[in-house]
Amino acid sequence: MAKSKRGSVDRRGFLKGAAAGAAALVVKPQARAQEQAQARPAAPLPSPRQVALETGAPAARVDVYTTDRPGADFMVDVLKSLNFDYIFANPGSSFRGLQESFINYGGNKNPSWITCCHEESSIAMAHGYYKIEGKPILCMAHGTVGLQHASMAIYNAYADRVPVYLILGNEQEIGFRRSDVEWAHSVQDAASMVRDYTKWDDSPVSLGHFAESAVRAYKIMMTPPMEPVVICANGQLQEEPMSEQDRRTLRVPKTVLPTPPAGDPNAVAEAAKLLVAAENPVIVAGRVARTPRAIPLLVELAETLQAGVEDRKFRMNFPSHHPLFNTANVSNADVVLALEVPDFWNATHTQTPINRMGMESRPITKPGAKLITITAGDLFSRSNYQDFGRYTEVDLAIAADAEATLPSLIEACQKLITPDRRQAMEARGRKLAEVHKRNRDRDLDQATVGWDASPVTTARMAAELWNQIKDEDWSLVADTTFVSWWPLRLWNFQKPYHYIGGHGAYGIGYGAPAAVGAALANKKYGRISINIQCDGDLNYAPGVLWTAAHHRIPLLSIMHNNRAYHQEHMFLEDMAARAGRGVENTGIGVTLEDPHINYAMMAKAYGMYSSGPIDNPSDLGPAIKAALEVVKKGEPAMIDLVTQPR
Amino acid sequence: MGETILRVLMRTAALVVPVVLSAQPAPGGDATKGKDLFLKYSCYACHGFSGQNGPGARLVPMKMTAAGFVAYVRLPRTRQMPSFSAKVLSDEQLTDIHAYIKTLPESRPAKDIPALNQFKEQ
Repeated sequence: MAKSKRGSVDRRGFLKGAAAGAAALVVKPQARAQEQAQARPAAPLPSPRQVALETGAPAARVDVYTTDRPGADFMVDVLKSLNFDYIFANPGSSFRGLQESFINYGGNKNPSWITCCHEESSIAMAHGYYKIEGKPILCMAHGTVGLQHASMAIYNAYADRVPVYLILGNEQEIGFRRSDVEWAHSVQDAASMVRDYTKWDDSPVSLGHFAESAVRAYKIMMTPPMEPVVICANGQLQEEPMSEQDRRTLRVPKTVLPTPPAGDPNAVAEAAKLLVAAENPVIVAGRVARTPRAIPLLVELAETLQAGVEDRKFRMNFPSHHPLFNTANVSNADVVLALEVPDFWNATHTQTPINRMGMESRPITKPGAKLITITAGDLFSRSNYQDFGRYTEVDLAIAADAEATLPSLIEACQKLITPDRRQAMEARGRKLAEVHKRNRDRDLDQATVGWDASPVTTARMAAELWNQIKDEDWSLVADTTFVSWWPLRLWNFQKPYHYIGGHGAYGIGYGAPAAVGAALANKKYGRISINIQCDGDLNYAPGVLWTAAHHRIPLLSIMHNNRAYHQEHMFLEDMAARAGRGVENTGIGVTLEDPHINYAMMAKAYGMYSSGPIDNPSDLGPAIKAALEVVKKGEPAMIDLVTQPR
Repeated sequence: MGETILRVLMRTAALVVPVVLSAQPAPGGDATKGKDLFLKYSCYACHGFSGQNGPGARLVPMKMTAAGFVAYVRLPRTRQMPSFSAKVLSDEQLTDIHAYIKTLPESRPAKDIPALNQFKEQ
């Protein structure tokens, strides 16, 4: 590595001082010099040759302006070996060396750079991308101000068990901090801020260290339960030339991912025994589907047992029109199998609602019902952030990845099913199919409510959308909680990319960027990405609309413009009603009115096709048709739809 | 306040409220005022502007009498609905809201809505 010029100047200055002192001694009277020599041990004086060398005119300084091999190039070699498709980042000077190497040395390919307008957007886009493509994204941010922006989105990804690979720029060597800006952007332990909700981090002090830690981080991140990881990239390592020795010896370590942990065979056999013997087994599906393989496996297990399935809507786990979908009745079950279910306690207990005083909870399961969990969550825990939910007393806890365990569980069940059990299961399946049909009829009846009302109902929004995308290769890149799950209640979800699930930690501001990230993943397959965009969510970081427009990411966003942070409005009403006062004031601080925000104009300002605001339901169908034409040409489009609250 | 004591008080109130209401029979109510109150008190937040959407109960068609409606709002039996006391909404105001809800149109049946028929066919 090249030496610091500043360091050599300092040394030269020091020697100059020493030589000047020695020269002064030389011209002193000899007697005095002898006196001093006798008085204390003499320090060895520089020889005349040394004095001449050090006090003569210094050789002209050779300032090193360029290098053909900054350390960042090697970092790029390492990171390219991890096969990222894209880098999502808002620019930051603390990783400028890496950025330059990626776009020039790395050719801005594999990964290529996606310009983000906020670090929270970068991470949430990575969150959405992973849920479609199953591949993590490389994100970059300042170790200080960038990470502070990114932190909520990292927590969402953590709670949603989504891997995100985050590089933080940081200048650890104080001598290299060139201004107050760089001091303000430097940090002793950058990853500490998010250590409670990431799986692993490191701050390498050499390029060799960087290589090992970068690969190790990837391996840890991709082992279930998958979580975000952080690697700090020291500015000096990025920007200074590689040493001759490093050039000769450094290499990129090989990456081999561990096989996901599958359930212990004895425990799986015990689970199968309970499930096959049960009269009313139910399956509760949480974050089961890690890969497209999970859906057919879960269908096979449910059909093998003819068990009702309760999908908690975190992932695309199960086909929505399957006769066993959402037919589970936990309160009537004698065996409950929970697969990667966060807060399983909540699925098996009631609690006093928010609009009542006190707290009373009771199990909703029958006495004697057996509870089985299969979750990789049992293999990794943090303590500070409490997304793990309440402790649930279960009868069999299998610490393993559910998807990896499903094949052996299916096989074990199939082996145990006798003709008698088969007959009983088939009878149960017929009853559950009737329940499924009744549920669908009920949903259709409820969808009629307010059909012609203005603002437009969320059911009508979902139905009008379906009318025009059902024959396309579509992908819903939005959560559906805030629109009463209407798409999940009406549309025919079958394929792994049909639905991306929710936020993870319910951190609002996730929706818009996650949709853009997911739509980018869908782009190469030519899919139509549909985003139902909540208004409150978009206002956190609307610059992501520009990212979609700039990078030509096809995405139809339809605003769920209910002009409020509506969930909070309802909470405030609960609180005011409990306190017996001021219900008429509950719009304060939660509504987005006066003035109304015009999202069609907002989208236009960011360079995107848009229409609206629309509040007449009969205008919606033509607006969707026109917007879809834009999306099919490879561009994003937005419809500003004024909607009923939910 | 302990849960048990609260529940006893609420059950007692449930017995008392109908008596009070029957002593002061509600007139028909003013639907125009009721609409303003429906919006002012954010009934729409849970029941939608049409009185039928969202996480709250479907209010249309309104099958309760005005007195029954008032009693229900004071002491709802569903877990989602908060209890609105007379300090928040008077009987008269609730009666007006009831009158407004009675004016809201019912939905067309699904079979009469082509965009919903598509789901029947799946």
